[in-house]
Amino acid sequence: MVHGELWTVKELFVYPNEYIYWTIQIVMYPFMTGLVAGAFVLSSLYHVFNVKQLKEIARFSLVFSFALLPTAMLPLMFHLLQPQRGIEVMLTPHFTSAIAAFGIVFSTYGMIVASELWFVYRKHFVESALALRQIGDRTFSQHIRHLLFSALTLGAMDISEHALEKDEKAVKVLAGIGIPVACFLHGYAGFIFGSVKANALWMTPLMPVIFICSAVVSGIALCLLTYIVAMELRKLLFSWKRKQRPLYTSADELKSTEVLTVTMTAKYLVMFMVLAISLELLDLIFRGYTAVKSWDILRSVIYGRDFINIFVIQYGLGNLVPFVLFLLPRLTIRRAVAGTILMLLGVFMMRWNVVIGGQAFSSSFAGFMHYHLPIWPETMETYREGLFGALTVVAIPFVLFWFLDKIMPVFRKGAD
Amino acid sequence: MISRRNFCKKSMLLVGGVALPLAAFELFNPKKLMADKSDEAKVRWVFLVDTNKCTGCGFCVRACKIENETPYDANVSRTWVERYVLTRDGMTYIDSPKAARDGFKTSKIDQGEGKFKEIKGEEIDKAFFVPKLCNQCENPPCVQVCPVGATYQTADGVVLVDRSWCIGCGYCIMGCPYGVRFFHPVYHVAEKCNFCYHRISRGMKTACVDACPFDARKIGNIKDPNDPVTRIIMTERVNILKEEYGTKPQVFYLGLTKEVK
Repeated sequence: MVHGELWTVKELFVYPNEYIYWTIQIVMYPFMTGLVAGAFVLSSLYHVFNVKQLKEIARFSLVFSFALLPTAMLPLMFHLLQPQRGIEVMLTPHFTSAIAAFGIVFSTYGMIVASELWFVYRKHFVESALALRQIGDRTFSQHIRHLLFSALTLGAMDISEHALEKDEKAVKVLAGIGIPVACFLHGYAGFIFGSVKANALWMTPLMPVIFICSAVVSGIALCLLTYIVAMELRKLLFSWKRKQRPLYTSADELKSTEVLTVTMTAKYLVMFMVLAISLELLDLIFRGYTAVKSWDILRSVIYGRDFINIFVIQYGLGNLVPFVLFLLPRLTIRRAVAGTILMLLGVFMMRWNVVIGGQAFSSSFAGFMHYHLPIWPETMETYREGLFGALTVVAIPFVLFWFLDKIMPVFRKGAD
Repeated sequence: MISRRNFCKKSMLLVGGVALPLAAFELFNPKKLMADKSDEAKVRWVFLVDTNKCTGCGFCVRACKIENETPYDANVSRTWVERYVLTRDGMTYIDSPKAARDGFKTSKIDQGEGKFKEIKGEEIDKAFFVPKLCNQCENPPCVQVCPVGATYQTADGVVLVDRSWCIGCGYCIMGCPYGVRFFHPVYHVAEKCNFCYHRISRGMKTACVDACPFDARKIGNIKDPNDPVTRIIMTERVNILKEEYGTKPQVFYLGLTKEVK
């Protein structure tokens, strides 16, 4: 069977070689890089622009951004028919291609996040290493931890006031450089689509900007959601611990900081969402108004076949409902959770409608293609390009985050 | 004893130097790329399709599949023939069942999803066939978008794919407005018509040209003014497909009408 035949149904006249070649993993790719970029921008709001209320979530989103980083690349590896040659993009980049810059942009960004994390956590590394060094008779796990933390300090053991001040300065600079790089990382994912002149739906110079704005929305939304879930878990844990040791921070104290952070973050979330939707609507209106050759088929896809996906799920459920949820006064945690989940759905559907919607019509403009997502992974192909492959990509950052949290504790400081 | 500052500096330099791929230097040396194109080649392969002569027999598709080892039953093909049926009520029906490998055995139009449309003879205004193949564009978007340079344009204008270097990302397939590219079912890399490069570079014609019983397909060298194909292109009214994409296609058509996609 030809690659793509399994999940493509053709209607009317479609060129014989046309199939839906870019599937769920290419939906995941901009979605995941968007989360990376968004999480980083959120942490930078505190580090660069000194938005104090975001202090609590800034550290968290920085670590989370790092955990998300490998999964920006993973969907591409799942998608490639020759994944073992994926490294060629770095070895022989062909610079007229938008994808060729991936290796350079991705590794630059990775290095920036890694070094920023190092400066943020240097004090913790040094303290942990020193504390473990004090223990004379170390167990095996303590020994490993000692080695790890000693290595992570990179030999810079100075944690005097002066040195820490310098660290903070470095974090600020790195976060400052990181913002444009994060935007570039994602904007260029938008460019990959926006520059395909053969695809009438994709080709617009607005694509990179739309992608950046919706990326920030999804990144902040996911950070907020994960933050709330983590805080709720901690509250449960603390109330349980308090029963045994009454001196622990009370769950009420935790809750007040949580609400404050959530309200503040939600403001930025709504701001970026307004920007993203304005641009998307501008694009849609412009296409309808200029009505070039491709408009006939685009209209039948946008207002006909994909109507539910675009207007009901993406704009309605994914944008309008959370917009109302966040703007109504006295934001509660429960409402914020519902809002962020819907926003994530909205951004995911936006990616879906761009990637799959862009292939819903033939480049002959005389036929349509329907996509049927492979659910059960019967073969390697249906796993890689199916539901389970996508779920793997979604699950990995959370697993990584769990590991990273062991080395770079995200919450402990506020609670001690 | 090396100081820490110095050590850090030197190791950063080393890491930077190693990380920077050698190929990145090409970015700063466009002259090398220019030189490849400025070289005046004596051959530029072009193709001429006379749609008036095509009967939709599908011999070309069959010959191509066999010659180029595209699995015979796979629903992809380097070349195909489209059937256009225009009716009195202003409708255009188009199909290309199995890429017209077996010709058009029935008058019913394949509408996809297993549906067929029967059109009565008296309702038809006009009907014709249009063979399609790679346009070997002068400005090929597929070459532009390949992230690893696995697809490239030869000096004589043909766009080829290096099967040992293609990563299978599908960007070229997305970038082609003509839908000529696909993934090879056996090699799992991008595949396309290459004007039977292995044949034309040895003085032979392409498999489809040789197989066409009606002389609807011709291949020629546009740099040679005495080439019969060149003469037709220069003196008759020929057309190209999808000019608006700026790809400068090099497959020329006689008898093309506005309905052709």
